[in-house]
Amino acid sequence: MEPFDFIEMRVPAKAEYVGVVRLSTSGIANRMGFSYEEIEDLKVAISEAMSNATEHAYENEEGGEVTVGFALYPDRLEVMVADRGESFDLKKVKEGIGPYENDQSIDDLREGGFGLFLIEALMDKVEIKNDYGVIVLMTKYLHENEVDINDDQISTTQ
Amino acid sequence: MNLEIEVMENDEKQQVKLTGEIDAYTAPKLKEALLPLTKMGNTTVVVDLEQVNYMDSTGLGVFISALKSTKEYGSELRLVALQGRVQRLFEITGLDSVLNIDSTVRGGK
Repeated sequence: MEPFDFIEMRVPAKAEYVGVVRLSTSGIANRMGFSYEEIEDLKVAISEAMSNATEHAYENEEGGEVTVGFALYPDRLEVMVADRGESFDLKKVKEGIGPYENDQSIDDLREGGFGLFLIEALMDKVEIKNDYGVIVLMTKYLHENEVDINDDQISTTQ
Repeated sequence: MNLEIEVMENDEKQQVKLTGEIDAYTAPKLKEALLPLTKMGNTTVVVDLEQVNYMDSTGLGVFISALKSTKEYGSELRLVALQGRVQRLFEITGLDSVLNIDSTVRGGK
């Protein structure tokens, strides 16, 4: 197995901790050498997953927790966000995502439907497991390494 | 990790200046402050986002419901002075085509 560093956080399933996880994400991504833009993408994607998880955990029980795992690989960051609450209807959620189309009426606009869409737009890979609770697994690659593979030049930044 | 909401009411315009982050924690507070303004009827609600350095889909949700409300009450919603990152979220989701967004009013940056 590929070696990696792993960081796990367990936070109360409350909206006020979304920002705490976002700050941690920013620190980890910065440590790994992601660019400013990439860090901002990661912050939004992980906050979206966190918001979803806190909502679901909160709906079902008071005092629920959300687990966030960061796996740091040389070429990528994998982030796992797991609520331990009841599963939600994934198919229904998937059907509801996507950007706003110009021919849609304003009344059709989904006030809460952009979270999963944004995660998919901002991360390189997204997987969702729905068997026991909901687990969102997101991957973002370090861009400079990707470039270096196809590059003959020797990089001094690594 | 908080959001400051400052409302300045004029006769013809409601100015809302936001400072901080719009996320799952602060969005309900924003909605609570913004929606009553949109319901005043025949008014323009101008939301200044220059000092908003973070926003996610929870913020998009608030502005969508504010937009719906302004339509219902014959008012207008304008978002001004967005930072690049915030502007990008509206573009990715296609919402820049329905919301009245003016990013050029950014001062000094």
